[in-house]
Amino acid sequence: MTLTLNATEDPTVLDENGNRIPVGAALVSPDAESATPKLWLQNLSLKYKTTGGERMLALDSIDLKVRAGEFLCIVGPSGCGKSTLLFLIAGLHEPTSGAVLMDGKKVIHTGTDRIMIFQEHGLFPWLTVEENVEFGLKMKGVEKKLRRERVREYLNLVHLGKFQKSYIHQLSGGMKQRVAIARALATEPDVLLMDEPFAALDAQTRDLLHDELERIWAETGRTIIFVTHNVREAVRLGDRVAVLTFRPGRLKREYLIDLPRPRHLEDTAVAGTARDILGDLREEINKSLAVEYQQ
Amino acid sequence: MKPIARQVIFYGVIFGLWSLICKLHIWPPYVLPAPWAIVEALWAGFQDHSFPIAILASMRRMLIGYGISVVLGTFLGIVLASNRFFEQTVSGLLVSLQSLPSICWLPLAVLWFGLSENAILFVIVMGSLLSVTISMETGRKQMPKIYSMAGRNLGARKWNLFYHVLLPASMPYIVTGLKQGWAFAWRSLFAGEMIYVTLGLGQQLNAGRDLNDMNLVIAVMILIIAIGTTVDRLLFRTIEKRLQMKWGLLSAT
Ligand SMILES: Nc1ncnc2c1ncn2[C@@H]1O[C@H](COP(=O)(O)OP(=O)(O)OP(=O)(O)O)[C@@H](O)[C@H]1O
Ligand SMILES: [Mg+2]
Repeated sequence: MTLTLNATEDPTVLDENGNRIPVGAALVSPDAESATPKLWLQNLSLKYKTTGGERMLALDSIDLKVRAGEFLCIVGPSGCGKSTLLFLIAGLHEPTSGAVLMDGKKVIHTGTDRIMIFQEHGLFPWLTVEENVEFGLKMKGVEKKLRRERVREYLNLVHLGKFQKSYIHQLSGGMKQRVAIARALATEPDVLLMDEPFAALDAQTRDLLHDELERIWAETGRTIIFVTHNVREAVRLGDRVAVLTFRPGRLKREYLIDLPRPRHLEDTAVAGTARDILGDLREEINKSLAVEYQQ
Repeated sequence: MKPIARQVIFYGVIFGLWSLICKLHIWPPYVLPAPWAIVEALWAGFQDHSFPIAILASMRRMLIGYGISVVLGTFLGIVLASNRFFEQTVSGLLVSLQSLPSICWLPLAVLWFGLSENAILFVIVMGSLLSVTISMETGRKQMPKIYSMAGRNLGARKWNLFYHVLLPASMPYIVTGLKQGWAFAWRSLFAGEMIYVTLGLGQQLNAGRDLNDMNLVIAVMILIIAIGTTVDRLLFRTIEKRLQMKWGLLSAT
């Protein structure tokens, strides 16, 4: 496990008008510098309006490069802005300052090249399981026969082939989460944004889906940004783990995970690395608890 | 015991008691007519086609008035929900206006439109427009944000987002509003129809009153109840049930 600071000269990027914009030095993995990063978060900040009318800084100057095909995990205490970060990348929120670049182009809208799996799954209760999974494909204009095939393929992948005609409320929490995963995968996006997708699952299903996700990732070369509060899960899955600070959310530290794959949650190496990261995370969790108790 | 059996017994008992009281001749028939006399009046009304014609005329009016309410209300509701200024001004006004019984629009309708078809339609629209608008607006506002976020995330924009996500997501509210709107429109219809002589069930009621024909009055009342209930059961309850089944708002056990 190593920690690298990007020591080369200030990187620059071309904006739409062809001007060079300098970017501040960031903690990045060595590979991220080679080509245009898949995703480049530049000095990203976001303020939320609170009910009182003032504005709360949720994310503060996040600088992050994600290389194509990378599996990046993000951990941080509850309320530090992990979901917010994914919303920004998905184009669902607009940053207060800074920008998200995808393949060198500024992200303005949502796009089917970046599909998110929401923390609260966000499935549509008025559609069947099958129609939910089909939704993104339909919006993309994929023709019906191909859609059907894809839906079947991905429902089988999450072991829900038999439930295609069910409505969402007829599924258990874990099953819903798996439908959400199938729905996101079916659109075959370049970048998958996963917001604590396995939090509601039992240990066996989660292990299974870890393996499946790793397999899909290896086979398709997707870029995955995976948010979790479980450090061990982050180490199990990620090429890199980024720790966020609590209020405002800043990048605290990044860890390159160079443990060989396949990994397992129970591996001692995984547990050992997780322990180091957990030390960092615990500091932030304590901060967040202190704030919560004050209120 | 099945609900149907209970209902049969219930109505049987009412019919029996009613017949019994009539047999005792406590009140004269023009105060309390006998049930069989009303059945006869109903029969006669259908025989000489006056009831079917009245029903058709009333339903036509109803469909036009209610149709206008639904189209206009849907549009207004969407506009209100998407505009901060309107939301803070017009919405409040609409809620206040809803406290006005639709019959209070009658004098205004007559002054504006005269004793005409349009006056009746106006009263129907005023009676039902508000509940459609308000429920549409509530539906759009109460709808959990996650649905529109998920829809946008999966590539739905503009019309697709509206048609495939926002509309179905607010459907439970919309159906409630449509149903309530229908009920209000139905009430307003008769308020309107009784203002002047025109074809329709309201006019039949008036005729019964003018002719001192209690049998006719009650027969028409029963018709109004029967049609209102049928539409509610067959149309709105069915839609509601299906929606609740899909969404899991009914318990499955
Ligand atoms: N729509 C919003 N309006 C105002 N404040 C918000 C909004 N959404 C989130 N916040 C605030 O922004 C901060 C970050 O929220 P976010 O949901 O990104 O946290 P998170 O790291 O995903 O937390 P968790 O692990 O609990 O999911 C929180 O303090 C939250 O209160
Ligand atoms: Mg979150």
